[in-house]
Amino acid sequence: MSTVTTDPAVPLTASLDKTVVVSWKAPIAFAIFTVLAAVLFAAAGSHGEATFRLSQGNDLLQLPDVTLSSEVTSWVCIVLMAAITVVSALLVRAKRKVGIWLVALFAVIFLIGFLTWAAAGSRTPVIPLPGLLASALSLSVPLIFGSLCGVISERVGVVNIAIEGQLLAGAFTSAVVASAVGNAVMGPALGMVAAAISGVLVAFVLAAFSIKYFVDQVIVGVVLNVLVLGLTSFMFSQVLAPNAAVLNSPPRLERLPIPVLSEIPLIGPMFFRQTILVYLMYIAVAVVYVGLFHTRWGLRLRSVGEHPQAADTVGINVTGTRFWNVSLAGAIAGLGGAFFTIGSGIAFSKEMTAGAGFIALAAVIFGQWDPIKATLAALLFGFATSLQVTLSIIGSPVPSEFMLMLPYLITILAVAGFVGRVRGPAAAGKPYIKS
Amino acid sequence: MKLELRGITKRFGSLVANDHIDLTVEAGEIHCLLGENGAGKSTLMNVLYGLYQADEGEILLDDVVQHFAGPGDAMKAGIGMVHQHFMLIPVFTVAENVMLGHESTKAGGFLDLQAARAKVREISDRFGFDVDPDALVDDLPVGVQQRVEIIKALSRDAKVLVFDEPTAVLTPQETDELMAIMRQLRESGTAIVFITHKLREVREVADRITVVRLGKVVGEASPTASNVELASLMVGRAVELTVQKDPPKLGEPALVVEGLSVIDHIGQLVVNDVSFEVRRGEILAVAGVQGNGQTELTEALVGLQPRVQGSISLDGEVLSGASVRKILDSGVGFVPEDRNEDGLVGEFSIAENLMLDRSNGAPFVKAANVQRGVLEQFATEKVAEFDVRTPGIDTKVGRLSGGNQQKVVLARELSRELRLLVAAQPTRGVDVGSIEFIHKRIVAARDAGVPVVVVSTELDEVTALADRIMVMYRGRIVGIVPGDTPRDVLGLMMAGEVPAEGAAA
Repeated sequence: MSTVTTDPAVPLTASLDKTVVVSWKAPIAFAIFTVLAAVLFAAAGSHGEATFRLSQGNDLLQLPDVTLSSEVTSWVCIVLMAAITVVSALLVRAKRKVGIWLVALFAVIFLIGFLTWAAAGSRTPVIPLPGLLASALSLSVPLIFGSLCGVISERVGVVNIAIEGQLLAGAFTSAVVASAVGNAVMGPALGMVAAAISGVLVAFVLAAFSIKYFVDQVIVGVVLNVLVLGLTSFMFSQVLAPNAAVLNSPPRLERLPIPVLSEIPLIGPMFFRQTILVYLMYIAVAVVYVGLFHTRWGLRLRSVGEHPQAADTVGINVTGTRFWNVSLAGAIAGLGGAFFTIGSGIAFSKEMTAGAGFIALAAVIFGQWDPIKATLAALLFGFATSLQVTLSIIGSPVPSEFMLMLPYLITILAVAGFVGRVRGPAAAGKPYIKS
Repeated sequence: MKLELRGITKRFGSLVANDHIDLTVEAGEIHCLLGENGAGKSTLMNVLYGLYQADEGEILLDDVVQHFAGPGDAMKAGIGMVHQHFMLIPVFTVAENVMLGHESTKAGGFLDLQAARAKVREISDRFGFDVDPDALVDDLPVGVQQRVEIIKALSRDAKVLVFDEPTAVLTPQETDELMAIMRQLRESGTAIVFITHKLREVREVADRITVVRLGKVVGEASPTASNVELASLMVGRAVELTVQKDPPKLGEPALVVEGLSVIDHIGQLVVNDVSFEVRRGEILAVAGVQGNGQTELTEALVGLQPRVQGSISLDGEVLSGASVRKILDSGVGFVPEDRNEDGLVGEFSIAENLMLDRSNGAPFVKAANVQRGVLEQFATEKVAEFDVRTPGIDTKVGRLSGGNQQKVVLARELSRELRLLVAAQPTRGVDVGSIEFIHKRIVAARDAGVPVVVVSTELDEVTALADRIMVMYRGRIVGIVPGDTPRDVLGLMMAGEVPAEGAAA
């Protein structure tokens, strides 16, 4: 037979064949944590019981306390963790992905086991969960503001290392302005405005050097951090310290409980008994998220951060878009800085942001440049810090130095281990030079 | 709309990219701008599109002088452009890309995606494009991405449409479809500027041809002119378009590849279970549209890919899994696809670039010291032998033209004792004169008994060099066919269709 047949032996499939890139990262990490927990619980086994308090004294709805036996809980947790490790190993061997839910489940079980163990060995074996969560949120506030700033600037194509400096500038100016005004209502309000402005001023420098003069963005950012640190420290010791009563005794933002919502057990006190600054933060997260993905502003912003030349060829002003959005991001970070002083009713002190800006940057990456995910990441970091504070208050046997490392340890693990390969904005960090 | 460019001059420092160029394009006409890489075609179009400001001269639309401060102005005036490197944002959908810059919004600045989708569908249906407005651009084949570019221009009511080297990334069939689209646009009254250096396409579609060389208009030609006439006008001297080569003197199978797969970082099999062999004294040309696994295949051959399955052996020696150093030491020469990225260090001199892969010992390095004298002598020799046009061996490679840069790469790779030569896109961005030279050297290597793998997306190059042709599609081999296989068969194979008979060769 010599009839010519067209035989489409290669199907015109829409995508390439896929195989799974086998990664043993998750099972190995699980195994290490399981063994660590087993060693910890066995070697320094604590006896007795741990009480988890679910309500505060002034709550409308009182939930009963939960009391767990340390030994039983520890071993139940270890068995569960070992089971998850095995499941994940089997999944990887079957060339299937280890879902994020499994990681989350593992983390929660580990946490319960760890908390029970730590609390049972403490002087006061009681963990006040509402307090723990509320302080977790509080500690996350500047991180969330900072990470929103990072998300916006990186999405528009400018790497912002200066978040730390912007937070510090915000903390400083809000303290000074609020103290100088003195009024309990107007003071904090003007303080917040001043904080935002100072954040913008730092952003102007970053934007001018990186966008107009093409200086390496990371270097400008680092230099700005040092500059703001030096400037505020100088002003603090030369001006604020001698006149502390007038210039550095900021009034505290008032807590404004939201009716009904603030009475929900556990969640209510955490989210809805907060200051105006925190409510502003909720709004900011929502606005940035919706704005980035559903408005013209966000579409143009992201296009400039992904492919500035393409944006240029459709008539978008790349330089201008970058400049003003980096400035906007600066305002958000500055506002976050206000939380350190007027948000908590604390006087300004040297280096009071203590690296929060860098943790915020980590939250940006961990959160895959998405405002909501970055917020969740910031909450996780805040929780780690809060845990450390709570455990040292109840007098847990874990050395406080180790506990101080915890938030940073979690940051490193989070950024290095479990994000995997995520693609950030393609043009972040690259100056747009028109030939 | 009638477009007229009068006396456009654009200088970059001392370089005159455009020297008093005049060009007139009438509505409903396809005007071809023919010239070699670096002749100044793209510069001219960037001036027209407002990306560059001309130093002298003016742009007229329907006899009205225009002033474009940026692409936004040019677009408002009705000029659209399909860029050589697509100006699309990979992580956006088609609709988002099309609407970007002139978004229709609902109250509060919210994007009206419905309107954008409708617009994409309307234009897509009018020209039979079949483009899904909600597809991510990153997931689309290049041919479809180009249609998105066209839709983008048309959605802004472009009356003058510039196509900048549009066929570089297309299969022959896709090219034919593009030609049909261009004719259809012409019928609807659009003025079209078609920039290319491919003679076949010019003669097929152009109404008028303007030839540019070294920034100047050197003449007009009629579409009936022959290839040779057009080529010599373009290059400025008589050129040979075919490669002279004798029948191959085949030896033993040297390179044997079995079941080779390359997996990318998200688990896609970019090269999928590929097996072939190349004999001594044979050129195997790998044909296929850009992005069908050829790049990854060549990188796997020299050990540059991290996740590889299957086996590669050269003269019986297993190379798969070996380090790049060991593979180079066993006599593999590699001309990478992107010489600026992988082949050369632009800030280094020609001499330094010539010893880049031989910095680990004699004769260029002794006791950790670079032997300047030896290097100088070697470089001087090679520059002469490979006809690198340069002021001297200390000139930075980045300052050379594409053709001369490629000669430096070739000089480096061919000056070692070779047992295999892998050349990816050896003449991309290279002037016609240098192409001739490079082809001759590759054929010379083959005649010296070296097995050669040449990857090219240009069918002309494939058919000129190949003793056998291997066509790749989506990471697989569609077929290995003789070197004299007709173009239309190859074209179908490049689109994934297996030839009915004679697939084995």
